[in-house]
Amino acid sequence: MRRLSSWRAREARAGLLLVAPGLLLLALFLALPVVAALLLSLTDFDLYAIGDPSTARFVGLGNYARLLHDPVFWKALGNTFFFVLVGGPLTVSLSLGSALLLNHRLVRFPGLFRTVYFAPVVTTLVAVAAVWRYLYHPRFGLLNAALGSFGIGPVDWLGDPHWAMPAIVLMAAWKNFGANMIIFVAGLKAIPESLYEAARIDGAGPLQRFRSITVPLLAPTFLFVGLTTTIGYFQLFAEPYVLSGGEGGPMNATLSVALFMYKQGFRWWSIGSAASIAFVLFAVILAATLLQRRLQRGGDA
Amino acid sequence: MSRRALTSLALHAALVAGAVVTLAPLLWMLSASFMTTGEANASPPPLLPAKATLAQYRELFVRLDLGRSFVNSTVLALCAALLSVVVNAAAGYAFAKLRFPARGRLFTGLLAAMVIPGQVAMLPVFLLLRSMGLVNSFAGVILPGIASIFGIFLVRQFASSVPDELLDAARIDGAGELRIFWSIVLPLCRPILVTLGVLTFLGTWNDFMWPLIVLTDDAKWTLTVSLASLAGEHVQDTELMMAGAVVTVLPALLLFLFLQRSYIDGITAGSIKE
Repeated sequence: MRRLSSWRAREARAGLLLVAPGLLLLALFLALPVVAALLLSLTDFDLYAIGDPSTARFVGLGNYARLLHDPVFWKALGNTFFFVLVGGPLTVSLSLGSALLLNHRLVRFPGLFRTVYFAPVVTTLVAVAAVWRYLYHPRFGLLNAALGSFGIGPVDWLGDPHWAMPAIVLMAAWKNFGANMIIFVAGLKAIPESLYEAARIDGAGPLQRFRSITVPLLAPTFLFVGLTTTIGYFQLFAEPYVLSGGEGGPMNATLSVALFMYKQGFRWWSIGSAASIAFVLFAVILAATLLQRRLQRGGDA
Repeated sequence: MSRRALTSLALHAALVAGAVVTLAPLLWMLSASFMTTGEANASPPPLLPAKATLAQYRELFVRLDLGRSFVNSTVLALCAALLSVVVNAAAGYAFAKLRFPARGRLFTGLLAAMVIPGQVAMLPVFLLLRSMGLVNSFAGVILPGIASIFGIFLVRQFASSVPDELLDAARIDGAGELRIFWSIVLPLCRPILVTLGVLTFLGTWNDFMWPLIVLTDDAKWTLTVSLASLAGEHVQDTELMMAGAVVTVLPALLLFLFLQRSYIDGITAGSIKE
């Protein structure tokens, strides 16, 4: 008995010792900073305050109030929503479409196609954004050359404020669809083949089998993919940064909330104001997450 | 032709078309990197170099000293991967197998914290690093990202399948808890640790925003930061930029090709959670 209780004590000690480094790092670089960010967002912390924090003043919700009256912030929020609402569904449809193709039982070399479709996911965003910048070149770009052979264009993809955001959506869809595709393929593989067999024997056509077996059984995967894509896309930063030379232009057409925060915080050192932007982004992401969960639950009922 | 053959033909036509579109930007990047300066800026754009040359790569490594950034990126990604594996493996195993006070509550807390976007912590973390004197240092780049909630989950899930009998047998033989972790648990969890290592390596290699913020001295820049700076100064030099993109993308792609299994397991593991 005594031996058992000393084992328990040793186990508890070891457990605490092993979680300690990870939890301490998370406390130092996540929990503490989040609280600090909330406090910073209530102050006018700026470049001078970095040198001497006592110069920062409490401004209450002043930063948030100012944001609501800042047309540039609304522009950034609108751009980000455009990216999430257009780019998200586009990416997820490409992922689902390619997963369904790959999962078809007649496909030869599915592994090869999977690798090819997945390749853009592991590429470095900054590097491929530089590549796309040239693909989008109005005169020398491959994209306009291809479109031109169909008699379309030329489009000034990154120079025209109307086309700059769609251009970023297109590149992001290309870069990201493979990641979700892998998850969809895993979800499709988990559906037992016997269900399809049974439905076939009952005389269900391919479309009916898809609607009554694939769709409901893939729903949890769909929620997961939808959620992670939405959360990730709200944090849009590097794509517009590289494609617009760090500015979010032309005429703020590609300025995202995260890029706006970066410019406020790390270029102009208006840290209080930047912290309030970060919290608005957090609130938006949280709201979107809860909304999507609720929709999913409503769908189940 | 039978219906089956027709379906198969349509299927493969769609797959090949998709593959061509997916690979086109990467192939063009590779092709343009071997062109002479100015060659790509023509209408219609040439698909292949008239005469392949390594001039752009020479320019990058000899005159622009991109080799230094390459070394920086490699060292940072390796250190981050190694440290992240050790720290998250320890925490993941403890959450899975060891009973300690407040385990359940701590774990629920981690779950909830997953919705916090990284940008929220960025400004205070920068101020914190500044007060610790770690701005413009490699430690400042990797330290904030070592502990990862996702990584802890990944290991915890895998470590749950380690049989308790095995751990108890080791305890009866008189092995200490740390010894058990190091010489029994870590080897058993090898597959998931490779996955975590690859994910962290590529994540650090590809990361842009954080090294851009932390590193001010161009001798310490990573490849991504150097490349973005190059894109600003050499916006007209298509071929040079493409060579820089190849140097940045190729190691990531090769690593993925060699360790594909591990990488894909990691991505799908997160989705089976619920």
